[in-house]
Amino acid sequence: MKMAAKTTVLNLTEEEFVHPGNRACSGCGLSILYRIGLKALGRDCIFVVPPSCLTVMQGLFPIAATQMPVLNGTFASTAAIATGVKAAMRRLGRPTQVVAWAGDGGTSDIGIQALSGALERGEDIIYICYDNEAYMNTGVQRSGTTPQGSLTTTTPFSGKSEVGKNLPAIIAAHNPAYLATCSASYPLDFHDKLLKAKQIKGLKYLHVQTPCPPGWGIEEHMTVALGRAAVETGLFDLYEIEDGRMQLTGQSLQQLGNTGLRPVREYLEMQVRFKAFSDEQVAALQAQVDQRWSGYRDRFK
Amino acid sequence: MAKKVALLQGNQACAAGAVYAGCKFFGGYPITPSTEVAEELSISLPKVGGKFIQMEDEIGAMASVIGASLTGMKSLTATSGPGVSLKQELIGYACIAEVPCVIINVMRGGPSTGMPTGPGQSDVMQAMWGTHGDHAAIALVPSSVQEIFSETVRAFNLAEKYRMPVQVLFDEIVGHMRERIVFPEPGELEVIDREAPTDGPDTYKPYDSTKGQIPPLASFGSGYKFHVTGLNKADDGFPTTKASLVDAEERRQVDKVMDNVADIESNEEYLTEDAEVVIWAFGSTARSARYAVNELRKEGIKAGLFRPITLWPFPTKRTAELAVQCKAIVVAEMNLGQMIHEVERAAKGNCVVAGEFRVDGEPINPAQIMKKVKEVL
Repeated sequence: MKMAAKTTVLNLTEEEFVHPGNRACSGCGLSILYRIGLKALGRDCIFVVPPSCLTVMQGLFPIAATQMPVLNGTFASTAAIATGVKAAMRRLGRPTQVVAWAGDGGTSDIGIQALSGALERGEDIIYICYDNEAYMNTGVQRSGTTPQGSLTTTTPFSGKSEVGKNLPAIIAAHNPAYLATCSASYPLDFHDKLLKAKQIKGLKYLHVQTPCPPGWGIEEHMTVALGRAAVETGLFDLYEIEDGRMQLTGQSLQQLGNTGLRPVREYLEMQVRFKAFSDEQVAALQAQVDQRWSGYRDRFK
Repeated sequence: MAKKVALLQGNQACAAGAVYAGCKFFGGYPITPSTEVAEELSISLPKVGGKFIQMEDEIGAMASVIGASLTGMKSLTATSGPGVSLKQELIGYACIAEVPCVIINVMRGGPSTGMPTGPGQSDVMQAMWGTHGDHAAIALVPSSVQEIFSETVRAFNLAEKYRMPVQVLFDEIVGHMRERIVFPEPGELEVIDREAPTDGPDTYKPYDSTKGQIPPLASFGSGYKFHVTGLNKADDGFPTTKASLVDAEERRQVDKVMDNVADIESNEEYLTEDAEVVIWAFGSTARSARYAVNELRKEGIKAGLFRPITLWPFPTKRTAELAVQCKAIVVAEMNLGQMIHEVERAAKGNCVVAGEFRVDGEPINPAQIMKKVKEVL
């Protein structure tokens, strides 16, 4: 399916679905995504959200973050609850979008069994994973997607020793109807990928890298700069997979011809969480990125 | 030499107590309000040659603890309400397979997500009956930072001695409270290790009741090869459906606790000798109750406090004695009335039993306990 004309700040709907004054931390990447994402999803949605920063953002009485129905479920069950909601809505003859929106811990660790089941059944839902790369809501513990070398409160000495899970690759192995990676720093790209996902039947999975100022150890005004640096250094790639075919999108596609990407060191040095990173680790990470991008150039040029 | 003193959070004291008891393995998963136990052990366990693993979920955390314990390592997990619910099948597994391990439950409200940052005492029946099937349970309920340390040590001792899971439940108030703690010297508190088998690997049977109510547990990796299962099993560990064997094993696993209540029980009493009314409370609620007792005494009301430190097995004998002695027992607990049912059962109608409950995320304060006492007298 071809993407429609790109959304810009000039034609982005002015209607707001997320109320101001919610409980997100200042500089929260998720709050950008939630505000812009809901503009794409529109009003006819039911959200399923596990315990996560998003449930905190929804607010405490009498403050509520959105005007949509939200089913805040249990940690392990997001995709399974969404399955039930969607099946019932279909029986009722309602076209309502069911959107599961979970964090990386709720997706890659405790929630992966439910998600794998939903993928295998081909449930007609949109599943968004906002990946801030640790359990931020409980105070920055390592998760399955926490990158190697990252300091967290449960990897306090030299950072996480294991390589983070490549969650989109795990999802891709299930052959979803649509898979896209996005970044909180490119919210309009996220917006348009959601518009596209809405038109596709089956399970649509969007994996969104989401900078977190307190968790990553960055200033609140650096959120967008961090997400951009992750993409521009080639560490986090924007792409889509449809019908089993992968293609780079957005900034990642634009920089395909550029053999001199920003060095990963620039991205790492912007964050406190990587301060235990050794020169050898930086070099190894740079080599991985160089190799992956060399492969992209051969494959997509 | 002066003892080491610190201002410590309850959850940190729990981690320190675990290390003192010889804990060498922690498998956990982040959950408020218990996460500091994990965070602390991620720092302290590697320093003593132990292993800290953050698992992929609550079920995995409990499972890893069982696996580690069967190699002989003292093993711990820490969680809170929803996590304890997820662990229930494996807690039952540890009961029937008789695997020593300790489960910390820093209690918040519920059911489900409840109020993650607020206190509760509503998991106390779950600690006994959360997992399915007949079984015995040991659950400890410390009420101060110092006691969290010592009860965590005792939990490991009981787990090792009785070869079973032991739960330590403290409400979020005690878990997050910071108090002075005096660290016991090594050797000051008793530390029990599981009994080693006297039989050699060739004749060893992991559930051999001729060795006593608690057959010794060999360690995987020490040359002993044996079968561990969640099925009903014979003395050699292999599954059986033979009625007489199943019955004997089920009964032995309950009796090993119920025949040794005197060893497992631990209570504190305050001014109960001449008490006309006894406040029956545990955890942070017992601290309010103690204050209430002092205030009531000033007003001429002979009040006393009974504070169970071992909640399960239930202190039936002492509760029954107090019921005969006093006019009324007031059970104060941060739930809608759970332990009061056990108190009523023990009191057998010999005194008035009344409850003072609270589930709004606020602690039970002395004034409301005093008010209830005056109502029932």
